[in-house]
Amino acid sequence: MTTTAEPTARELGRARIRKEDARLITGRTRWTDNITLNGMLHIAMVRSPVAHARITGINVDAAKQLTGVVAVYSGTDLDAEQSAIPCAWPINAEATPPRHVSIAVDTVRFAGEIVAVVVARDAATAKDATELVEVDYDDLPPVLDMEEALGDATVIHPDFGSNKWVTFPFDSVAAGATTGPTADEAIAAAEADPDSIVVKRRWRQQRLIPAFMEPRSVVVDPTGEQLTMWSSTQVPHVLRTMLGVSLGLPEHKLRVIAPDVGGGFGGKLQVTPEEILSTLVARRMAKPVKWTETRSESMLSGHHGRDQIQDVTVAAKRDGTVTALKIELTADMGAYFGLFTPAVPVFGAFIGPAIYKFPSYAFVCTDVFTNKTPTDAYRGAGRPEATFAVERIMEELATELGRDPLELREQNWIKNTEFPFTNAGGLTYDSGNYEAATEKATALFDYAGLRREQEERRRSNDPVQLGIGVSVFTEMCGLAPSRLLGALGAGAGGWEHAAIRMLPTGKVEVVTGSSAHGQGHETAWSQIVADRLGVPFEDVEVLHGDTQVSPKGMDTYGSRSLPVGGTAVVKCADRVIEKATKVAAHLLEAAEGDIEFQAGRFSVKGTDKGVSIQEVVFATFLSHNFPEGIEPSLDSEYTFDPENFSFPHGTHLAAMEVDTETGRVSIRKYVCVDDVGSVVNPLIVEGQVHGGLAQGIAQALFEEANYDEQGTLVNGTFVDYTLPSAADLPSFTTDRTETPATSNPLGVKGVGEAGTIASTPAIVNGVLDAIRHLGVKQVEMPCTAQRVWRAIQDAQGGAK
Amino acid sequence: MIPAKFDYVRPSTVEEAVSALQQGGEDAKVLAGGQSLLPVLRLRLAAPSLVVDLGGLAELRQIGEDGDMIAIGAMAAHHDVMRNELVQRHVALLGQATETVADRQVRHRGTLGGALAHADPAGDLGPVALALDAEFVIAGSGGSRTVPASEFFVDYFTTAIGENEILTQVRFPKYTGWGSHYEKFNRTAQAWSMVAVAAALKIDGGTISEARVGLANMSSTPVRATGVEQALVGQAATADAVRAAAEHATEGTDAPSDADAAADYREHLARVLTGRAVLAAAG
Repeated sequence: MTTTAEPTARELGRARIRKEDARLITGRTRWTDNITLNGMLHIAMVRSPVAHARITGINVDAAKQLTGVVAVYSGTDLDAEQSAIPCAWPINAEATPPRHVSIAVDTVRFAGEIVAVVVARDAATAKDATELVEVDYDDLPPVLDMEEALGDATVIHPDFGSNKWVTFPFDSVAAGATTGPTADEAIAAAEADPDSIVVKRRWRQQRLIPAFMEPRSVVVDPTGEQLTMWSSTQVPHVLRTMLGVSLGLPEHKLRVIAPDVGGGFGGKLQVTPEEILSTLVARRMAKPVKWTETRSESMLSGHHGRDQIQDVTVAAKRDGTVTALKIELTADMGAYFGLFTPAVPVFGAFIGPAIYKFPSYAFVCTDVFTNKTPTDAYRGAGRPEATFAVERIMEELATELGRDPLELREQNWIKNTEFPFTNAGGLTYDSGNYEAATEKATALFDYAGLRREQEERRRSNDPVQLGIGVSVFTEMCGLAPSRLLGALGAGAGGWEHAAIRMLPTGKVEVVTGSSAHGQGHETAWSQIVADRLGVPFEDVEVLHGDTQVSPKGMDTYGSRSLPVGGTAVVKCADRVIEKATKVAAHLLEAAEGDIEFQAGRFSVKGTDKGVSIQEVVFATFLSHNFPEGIEPSLDSEYTFDPENFSFPHGTHLAAMEVDTETGRVSIRKYVCVDDVGSVVNPLIVEGQVHGGLAQGIAQALFEEANYDEQGTLVNGTFVDYTLPSAADLPSFTTDRTETPATSNPLGVKGVGEAGTIASTPAIVNGVLDAIRHLGVKQVEMPCTAQRVWRAIQDAQGGAK
Repeated sequence: MIPAKFDYVRPSTVEEAVSALQQGGEDAKVLAGGQSLLPVLRLRLAAPSLVVDLGGLAELRQIGEDGDMIAIGAMAAHHDVMRNELVQRHVALLGQATETVADRQVRHRGTLGGALAHADPAGDLGPVALALDAEFVIAGSGGSRTVPASEFFVDYFTTAIGENEILTQVRFPKYTGWGSHYEKFNRTAQAWSMVAVAAALKIDGGTISEARVGLANMSSTPVRATGVEQALVGQAATADAVRAAAEHATEGTDAPSDADAAADYREHLARVLTGRAVLAAAG
């Protein structure tokens, strides 16, 4: 009996134009802010302009008197109902997160925190009324610097007694991932050993703003039997459950819809104060309400990303063999925890050893509160930080030892023949081929030729110097095996759900719990199903993002959709085929074992007798002539829980030019060869890599959220946040190797974050490689022209 | 965009516009291409009681030759300025600088007059107008007056345009056959200049006979680098001579410090970029 179809290879691997693009690009679709309901009221938020203060009085009288204003609420009005924003992954069972209020009651802890809610008949009036709300603040000292926060600074959450929340430690020996010595012992031994070297560096992961294209928006309709929320969110399913838990609403009385969502990058992986407050106001008013943020509001109050101090130590033998890695992080949580705040830096702990065979490894993260916007997931979430730490320290080690950076990496990386391999972080990498990706990348890059040119420019003292930046990375995708999440204290599993409905006319509806916000699920899932069932691509419709249509799901983040959600779809398709085979056998009057399925057709082995899958579906719909004891339906469901993460890897090479007269940095050439396993749609993969590179390069060269000493975000608009555009980036040379993952039937690994994770250290390594001979040892990110110029000036002793 | 409430008029003649401004009082604002006004309205950094939209004044979009001058209507869009044949032939520097203004969308909406009247010291067109001795035609209730560029820029976002006046035209002398270059330095391709240098040269037989150099974002107004101009005249256009002249670039400047660039870095950039702009202008 054949119950699993052989893929026909017609659809998998095909570079299809995305079917969702026309509506997304033209905007002729349903975004949350387009939704208008009868009697709908509009909400605008009054936000604190100060970072840390006691609220001594709020006067809403003038605002209430404005024509069109329906209500104005302060924190005192809503506190009894507002509960707290949930933290789903507190990483430490002993510590309790501080209460994260949606609206401040007596104290504000970051500039941008909501202090009053205005409800009006139209959005303009609501906005006007926010300016009439008078709030009196009694300033408290703002705590803005992580290290000062850990000293004798004012305590932001007095109940905790300190601005340190917890320290999360990981030790490879204690975890049983290595047998010893510990990293501390190995580093101490190396310091005492003349044949060893210890390199220790400190770097800053600056604060970044996710800057998704569509600002956040929420519509809540309390008038139906279910309370319905539309939200521009990555996580409608998580949001439904969390709203229910937080506000004590029965889950079955809640429906959450993420209509088309214009990007997220982790910034919409959240349960927001605005979602909670919109729900509370809608319930009080018994009318639909809408809140839509402005761009400035988004940049100020939506969660931020990164913001760590990294102290990284590597120990190695003088021959280049690494003996220990230690990563110590101080991580800025901001003023409160969002959904995954404390888990984000820790997510990097396990991938810290990266592609290398470190015999000893330690990681420790200290979580610190400051009077800034909370941090949380941002594209890569923990892995860009970890990858930066390891790929920068390997570069520093190569420099100290006078070795070629690629050669030193190869000496220490896991060889293709050594997979599966358990790293010192306890992760088992199922597959990989760092040699193949590196060989392809160096050839495309002309590594030897550019090294010669670099030498030549140094010799001729060219004002424009050339540097080569290397990053050979791996990361973990496919979030995540549920038992692992459980062991790490997460409040949810890591499975994904899918369903397939075979419609009477032979068309197919695919329901997925993975909620797309720009990734192209509708195209990729259609390709998988068309391939598996042998139906035309156009005959498949993918439904998602509505808890009534797709009732089960864990949503989209952590490059999980294809490895986990895609696998659930494959399993569903296989179940359809398994059921349909029985029906086909009955229709063909043959034994089930004699039926084979290929390219959408069930046939009797060795004969020309057969039926199409569409005929089987229609026969099932009629059920006039149906096998006994079989349910008359071909529909199927599957919930897939992965057994392991997947581990994309790749080799990224950046040729960086530095104009030593001005400090300007430009990318002369960027080559990356990524191994994301098998590829469903190369065009989508390409798009993800390009976008990912842009975001990782942006961290290296362009972006940083800056606060002044009062705790005000000073560059919270696109005029001064300097998000790069296409004009700031080169034409990337991207290529692939394909080493299939063994942890899922598609062999896919995930691609959503790879470019972001890999590119940041490649760029910074390249900048330093261009000017290290001038005496420059470090340039903080973003490597702006001024910083680079100053680093050169300082290294040259201030001489011009 | 939800700005504070304002009244709005769209006059069809310059006279109507001036009288609307007069009636609107000190809280009236002129809207040209909207590329500066709309963002401040959106951020509620400005809350005018009246917005006078000049979009209906078709006569202010004309670009033409007027004797020895090229006369450009204040409402000519950047895109139309940089594509104009007269501009390209006689005022090439203006076209080159205009091409670097923000992005394509902004260049189709934004106007020459709007940008100059806004007088952001980081703006690209101020140093060009200053270096090229442009004239500004300003209409008020008593008719029109003409102000030379050297008197037009007064301070940050402040010009010689009076409260109830409108900039109607900008006139440039012809620099036919001159070499020119606009050297812009910014954080991202579409950002404001950290420093920019506008340079135009007349070269006779390998010797620089006349030079015009203007700087953006080196003071509260655009700055004319007269020290550089004087040092260049009579010199051969060699790298050494140009670099020596460029050392004068910071004379008379008062460079601001901000998150992108401290004053000393701006001064350094001004010297380096002046050298580059002049060399490029020399071809």
